[in-house]
Amino acid sequence: MNASRSSLNKVTLALLPVFIALLFTFLVLLIAGANPLAAYGNILAGAFESPRKLADVAVACVPLLLCSAGGLITYAAGLWNIGIEGQMIAGALATTWLINALPLPSYGLLPLSVVAGLVGGALWGLLAGVLRTFGQVNEIFAGLGLNFVAAALTNYLIFGPWKPPDGATMSGTDPFPQAAWMPTLPQARLSPVALILALAAIGAVYVLLRGTHWGLKLKAIGLNPQAARRLGADTTRNMLLAFAVCGALAGLAGSLQATAVYRRLIPQISGGYGYLSLLVILLSGSRAEWVPVVVFFFSVIQVGSPRLELRLQLDSSLGGILQASVALFFLLTRGLRERFGEKKG
Amino acid sequence: MTDSLAMVTIGAVIAASAPLVFASIGETLTERAGVVNLSLDGTILLTAMTGFAVAFSSGSLALGFLAAMAVGAVVAFIVAYGSIALGQNQTALGFVLTLLCADMSSFIGNPYVRKPGPSVPHMPIPGLVSIPFLGPVLFNQDAVVYLSYLVIIVSWLWVSRTQPGLRLRGVGERPEAAHARGVAVQRTRYLYTVLGGALVGLAGATYSLSVKLGWSHGHTTGIGWIALAIVIFGGWHPLRVAFGAYLFGALKSLGSLMQPAFPDVPTQVFQAAPFALMILALLLVSGDFTERLLFYLPPRGRRLFNALLRGTPPAALGKPFRPD
Repeated sequence: MNASRSSLNKVTLALLPVFIALLFTFLVLLIAGANPLAAYGNILAGAFESPRKLADVAVACVPLLLCSAGGLITYAAGLWNIGIEGQMIAGALATTWLINALPLPSYGLLPLSVVAGLVGGALWGLLAGVLRTFGQVNEIFAGLGLNFVAAALTNYLIFGPWKPPDGATMSGTDPFPQAAWMPTLPQARLSPVALILALAAIGAVYVLLRGTHWGLKLKAIGLNPQAARRLGADTTRNMLLAFAVCGALAGLAGSLQATAVYRRLIPQISGGYGYLSLLVILLSGSRAEWVPVVVFFFSVIQVGSPRLELRLQLDSSLGGILQASVALFFLLTRGLRERFGEKKG
Repeated sequence: MTDSLAMVTIGAVIAASAPLVFASIGETLTERAGVVNLSLDGTILLTAMTGFAVAFSSGSLALGFLAAMAVGAVVAFIVAYGSIALGQNQTALGFVLTLLCADMSSFIGNPYVRKPGPSVPHMPIPGLVSIPFLGPVLFNQDAVVYLSYLVIIVSWLWVSRTQPGLRLRGVGERPEAAHARGVAVQRTRYLYTVLGGALVGLAGATYSLSVKLGWSHGHTTGIGWIALAIVIFGGWHPLRVAFGAYLFGALKSLGSLMQPAFPDVPTQVFQAAPFALMILALLLVSGDFTERLLFYLPPRGRRLFNALLRGTPPAALGKPFRPD
């Protein structure tokens, strides 16, 4: 009896931020003069109405899982890696470059495209890492500045060297040759290989942070870099490594967006997943085992909210409001609980 | 009376920099109290939208500005309450609010996109405007730009020359000592976070009602991050921060002036330049290698460089204070 009640309490507590966020967006929708229930209904329908839509939810899970897996590593080292977005872009750029440069059959091209994504993202991540460790530039500003630079670089390439022969448009480069298409399920955009890679990544990060020496070292650096250094951890090298590994996973996400989802390079190839992954990390309490749950929830909103524009003429940014407000109320309710829970106990 | 091209250009830079001045000085006050409000990029978007939407619907510019300042203050209050009272991470709170405010500006502002609306009227100050050079540059502007001068001067005098300013600095540098002397540390932090947020809101409304008229999705994206970087570049000193804001404004308009002259340079270079510049500027003011470079300067040059470009953050910046 008692045990079931306390687990019920736990579930309520975990869902409390979601309820408050729904109330908050309810108000925002009323301000915008829209019917809140119709909006929620459309988001859910947009994500679940057909098997194809459900597959799209899984498609959205892939970049979010990869970016969150990477972000968990830098987060463990105490770094607020806001540059994941740009690392994702860098992966997509490296992959596109490789596909343009190497006319190989798919069994050669696809593995190499993945490697290019990993390397491109890792290098872009390292750039922020070098600025942070050797230049004393806070990783928030280094990462963010590099995000804008990467986005501008993408636009330059799409409207310059990589533009389609019959003129550049906002829809991106010409489609890649078929040899560079990551195979997908029939009638869907879901690539099983991509999904497996993403799940493997989050699994690997779970093991890394839980049970390996390097994971413990990163956590020690995150908790207290000075103390970790005195105990013999090379903070500079480990931070750089964390940036590189996170960048590699984000770069893989960007690469797969290009080869499995869009099959070309588009201007918004990163689609905000890098920023969203930071919210995922917060909401999961930076615990890898909770990341898939939050990622699924976020992906449902991500896939469902464009329907608001079609059916209700509302801006799809409502989805972002929901995601961010859940994170905000998660932080606030956790704080309230810590503060007023302490007094009781 | 015809103004020379140079005067017109400088005048335009001063006007275009007004929102950056408001936002970066506002954040300077907040950070001097030891709090980082990282939400600036989102807050400026949301308040630019609010200012325009309220002025558009009510027909009152004043209401537009007040609403924007109120929204900026509320967002800042959430950062303050969440971190001071609830002990949550300031960076996380600020970042979440950045995304939340940006999306709210898109969603609520949707009906106002590209609508022609009210703007702050041009208002040369009689008398002052006929001072040679300075008149046309400084006093041939609108009321909001005059307010930006006032904000610079008052914030500088406030921080460096007054009793409350001394307490503010104490709270940001050594909160324990300030507390021991009877300064209400937490209340001071709330006060300057909310005040700074109101100034950030003023910056947003200044964009949509005076500098970059109207509203569109992502109207001011990126500016909040630039403002946050300018605070560091300016070494948390109001005058130097204002100098940083004007310098950035000048470089930006120099860029757009140069763009037609270099048709071969891709436009994306000009899009990326502010952010590359931001990283370089931070590297210059905080990187270790600058120390090594300084070594080669003559002592007088070194002192000048230190006074202009080096700054240390308030010692308790971002650190929670728990009186026991």
